[in-house]
Amino acid sequence: MSLSLTDLSYAFGPRQALDGVGFSVPEGRFCALLGPNGAGKSTLFNLLTRLFTTRAGRIDIAGHDLARNPRAALAQIGVVFQQTTLDLDLTVLQNLRYHAALHGLGGREAATRIDAALDRLSVADRARDRVRDLNGGHRRRTEIARALVHRPAVLLLDEPTVGLDAASRAAITDHVHRLCADTGLTVLWATHLTDEIAPADQVVILHRGKVLANGSAAELAPDGDLRDRFLALTAEPA
Amino acid sequence: MTHWLIALRAIAGREFLRFLHQRERFLSALVRPLVWLLVFAAGFRAALGLSITPPYQTYITYETYIVPGLCGMILLFNGMQSSLSLVYDREMGSMRLLLTAPLPRWWLLFCKLLAGTLISVLQAYAFLGISAAFGIWLPWTGYVTVFPALLLAGMMLGALGLALSSLVRQLENFAGVMNFVIFPTFFLSSALYPLWKMAESSRLLHDICAANPFSHAVELIRFALYGQVNLPALGWTVLALAVFWGLGVWGYDPRRGMIQRKG
Repeated sequence: MSLSLTDLSYAFGPRQALDGVGFSVPEGRFCALLGPNGAGKSTLFNLLTRLFTTRAGRIDIAGHDLARNPRAALAQIGVVFQQTTLDLDLTVLQNLRYHAALHGLGGREAATRIDAALDRLSVADRARDRVRDLNGGHRRRTEIARALVHRPAVLLLDEPTVGLDAASRAAITDHVHRLCADTGLTVLWATHLTDEIAPADQVVILHRGKVLANGSAAELAPDGDLRDRFLALTAEPA
Repeated sequence: MTHWLIALRAIAGREFLRFLHQRERFLSALVRPLVWLLVFAAGFRAALGLSITPPYQTYITYETYIVPGLCGMILLFNGMQSSLSLVYDREMGSMRLLLTAPLPRWWLLFCKLLAGTLISVLQAYAFLGISAAFGIWLPWTGYVTVFPALLLAGMMLGALGLALSSLVRQLENFAGVMNFVIFPTFFLSSALYPLWKMAESSRLLHDICAANPFSHAVELIRFALYGQVNLPALGWTVLALAVFWGLGVWGYDPRRGMIQRKG
């Protein structure tokens, strides 16, 4: 398994944000972490990226236990946070070089990988533009390209299409699905939008810190209406 | 070059690029001490008599006396400014990117601290250069020997900012914290008046000033400008650096979940 979570719990004081969360994502799979606002998705991402740590449960990334071997595990993940983490006053290239250096890549090797990542996300022609001058869709693509520079095994995206128009949303969703299929990258994509999920994708439904369902989209909604199934599972009592 | 050094170079390079993009920050960092030097010091020159105390071997003008304190002021304001940018980075997300890099967290924070300090030192040198242009000359070797003192004092004040930024959760709260830190730290020190002069008016104020790590940083710079090492000042500055650094690293420990909390 590329990504494995076992019995993971986390509490903010008396409030239990995650309660015994466990699921696995095999190599090359696109997994949608589907949950309404406040389900615990961002907390889960903070644990996966080690911005928070917990003693309750275990996270394995590409075979590395995140608690015992954080550097090896973190080297295997690429992250796209919900809020942009690009430096707006730097160019696309400068942002990617900075990220590459944080992963120990410099010189010609970094340049080759950056070119390849920008090419793959179709933003190579904007490499020398300041990020401030890019639209939302291009900024997101730049962030995804940046997350791929160090060739991670697992790509984590926390609601990456928030604030984008429908065309940019569809383009980015397609790009990431293709990445999975073409390169064997494992993807965990947090969202509350069911139209970003393909029938073959794995879907983990998270609600109030617990996993309510885990299976392929086709299995969870045999009639093809994942949205209804999601709403039924996460409906709040009146 | 190892991974660690590549990251250090990148973090320092990014800080430098950001500094170049913020010319107003550079100007305000210079204007503030220059106003003190050229206006305040000129006005108080006659009022504040100074006796000959080490490291000075002759009578000096008040302007000459406050130059090390104003270097300290630049380092103090920059230390707070960079901690403000840490809080901003944390809220805006770029701190998340930094802290998810596969390197020990203390090293990432150290890189950030060193990078910010180097920018501060650069500004302190710019101030010394302008002071010289206005006729406040120091021994030429002093411009070299002051470098390690500026670096150490800058690291100590930057570490103070790091510790504060880890404790303050929101940007809006930070302005208040800065007022409570910067002004008492600066005025309750030997930056503007020698401690013996403070003792003449209040023993308690003298003791507070003497305990203030900023006073020791200023004295370290003052002696270094004349090619001398003030060992007690060095010791207290190093101790304060160790304490503030320890607090900062503790504050950014992921077990404390310092990144903005939300589910």
